[in-house]
Amino acid sequence: MNRFKSIALVLAGTVVASVSFIATANETIKIGVSQPLTGAVAASGNYVTQGAQIAESFINDAGGVLGKKIELVIEDNKSNPKEAVATAEKLIIRDKVSVMMGAWSSTYTLAVMPKLMEYGVPMVVETSSSGKITTSGNPWIFRISPTSQMEAKSFGTKVDQFKIKKADFIVVNNDWGRGASEAFQEVLKAKGISVGTVETMDAKATDLSAQLAKIKSSGGDTLFVTSGVEQITLVLKQMKEQRLNHQVITTGGSSSPDQLISQAGAAAEGSNHLLFFAPWFPESAPNPSVATKFVNEWNKRGHNFAGLTEGFRGHDGIMTIAAGIKAAGKNDSKAIQQALWDVKVKGVNGNIEFIKQGPAGKESAQNVPNVYVVTIKDGKIALP
Amino acid sequence: MAEFLQHILNAIVLGGTYALLGIGLTLIFGIMKVVNFTHGELYSFGAYMIFMFSAMLGLNFFLAIILSMVLGVLLGGIIEFALLRPLRGANIDTTMLVMIGAWIVMQNLEQLSWGGVAKSINHPFPLDPLVIGEVSVSWIRVFVFFFAVILIIGSYYLINNTKLGKSMRATFQDRDIAALMGVNINRVYTATFALGSGLAATAGALLGPVFVVTPTMGDMAALKAFAIVILGGLGSIAGATIGGFILALAEEMGAGYISSGYRDAMGFILIILVLIFRPTGLFALKERYG
Repeated sequence: MNRFKSIALVLAGTVVASVSFIATANETIKIGVSQPLTGAVAASGNYVTQGAQIAESFINDAGGVLGKKIELVIEDNKSNPKEAVATAEKLIIRDKVSVMMGAWSSTYTLAVMPKLMEYGVPMVVETSSSGKITTSGNPWIFRISPTSQMEAKSFGTKVDQFKIKKADFIVVNNDWGRGASEAFQEVLKAKGISVGTVETMDAKATDLSAQLAKIKSSGGDTLFVTSGVEQITLVLKQMKEQRLNHQVITTGGSSSPDQLISQAGAAAEGSNHLLFFAPWFPESAPNPSVATKFVNEWNKRGHNFAGLTEGFRGHDGIMTIAAGIKAAGKNDSKAIQQALWDVKVKGVNGNIEFIKQGPAGKESAQNVPNVYVVTIKDGKIALP
Repeated sequence: MAEFLQHILNAIVLGGTYALLGIGLTLIFGIMKVVNFTHGELYSFGAYMIFMFSAMLGLNFFLAIILSMVLGVLLGGIIEFALLRPLRGANIDTTMLVMIGAWIVMQNLEQLSWGGVAKSINHPFPLDPLVIGEVSVSWIRVFVFFFAVILIIGSYYLINNTKLGKSMRATFQDRDIAALMGVNINRVYTATFALGSGLAATAGALLGPVFVVTPTMGDMAALKAFAIVILGGLGSIAGATIGGFILALAEEMGAGYISSGYRDAMGFILIILVLIFRPTGLFALKERYG
């Protein structure tokens, strides 16, 4: 008898659960998010997700979209391109999201892109910077982060203050790192600056002594570093060990200078960082009220301040998606794709709107974001 | 020339810790015939323990290393007792699957308890490096190297000059005969696994302050350890030691003079060569079958 009772209870529970599932499914608009929450670049993925959740509650507090609340369905792509594809498929097929945001690294984003074509679902790309993403002819891509070319071009206008004669590179060995090194080399060469050695490092590598020993013998004066904050920390510490006195400039906006100060200590002193949001000075952002509101909420939630330089991407991405759904007037992939082309969003980084990139007829959408440079001086962040 | 010498110095310093990782694994592999997928997690366990003791609780740095070592030995013993002992007669695939499971569980537990953000550990050594002529090396790395060398010599002594070592070697040669001769196989297995795990945890505790500590730091370490074991031959401490230095040298020279993009591939190219030309490893011990 007891067994029947428990089976009945389980059955009843399942029915209730599925009914309430249907009920919530009707009330909310689901937005898929694929981020690296575990693995090599987990720190950044978690920050982006925290930023996205702040945008979610901002939007829902203001009444939601189309009279419904939005609901983020967050999946962990485990810092792995294969897993990124699996998360996209899960979000699209099982959760039936009409639009998604992802997937942090260029390598994961590139892996996911064929699935967007296959199922016809638009994705807002919040972090990836490889040029290939918007030039390969995928009309479902809406990128709000700058390409490495844009970042390099913007850096080109500020390059004189760094007085570079010969530059070396150490970049993570993936689409992001190699793309950045090509883009920055082009800009430097156009300015008549010579390029020494270009070294790569595996995304998981911790001992970089061989690469640094080689860079030391090149005779350059400036080292461009492109990787996540974990690896930048290692580069800075090991440079000190090998007495490599290059001026350091990091690219890609994932350097989290506060984390560098606390983890690399004196080794971080004097390094320069290209960023897409400078949370120490929200009042000088293009949209000061948006930036200040975001920074205040971030601090109120007790999130790590060092994560703000990544976290804003999640906020801007979700805000863009919400604007797209609103403009589309319905929760439908094709309609959202059409509507996203005309959205104008006041984001933390600046004003988000899309221009066309890639082959005619199947263009991807690209935003032109702002780029900032900060320097670590006396253990604090300063504008150079 | 300066660059060449720097590469050699880097390789020697790196080789010491590679050897430490390799010895732990080769003992377990050789004596127990267990493919130990948790080796890398013991490595990151050691690193998180020194983070906890030294950076969070503020204990003395050297005491923290010793504590991490002891806890690594204990954890190894527990894993052997709880997971491997019940599987003693099981075939190698079953044990392998259980160890893969344990690896995933351990890595995710680390992620859960410490978070994904990398941790950095301060050490009491001066930040300015030791400069010898044109080359330089940081003081912490010098310390790590000598600590590793002492442990390697210690392990060598333990295997060759103690009663426990003798039972280990006997078990390695022929488990059943050793058991018939009165060797307590269960005790040898637990001791072997605990020792191997302790060495991995110590490597983690030593390298945690040199690099940064993350939940996935063990993956690459484990891969390298497997490479060293294949290079050096199963169960051979001398093989693992030399294998560790060869791997470090191959990586440094490969990255320095061929391409840094293939740095981590160098070790595996070496393995392929070894497997083709000397499949038992460079320094394999004799083993009796049947």
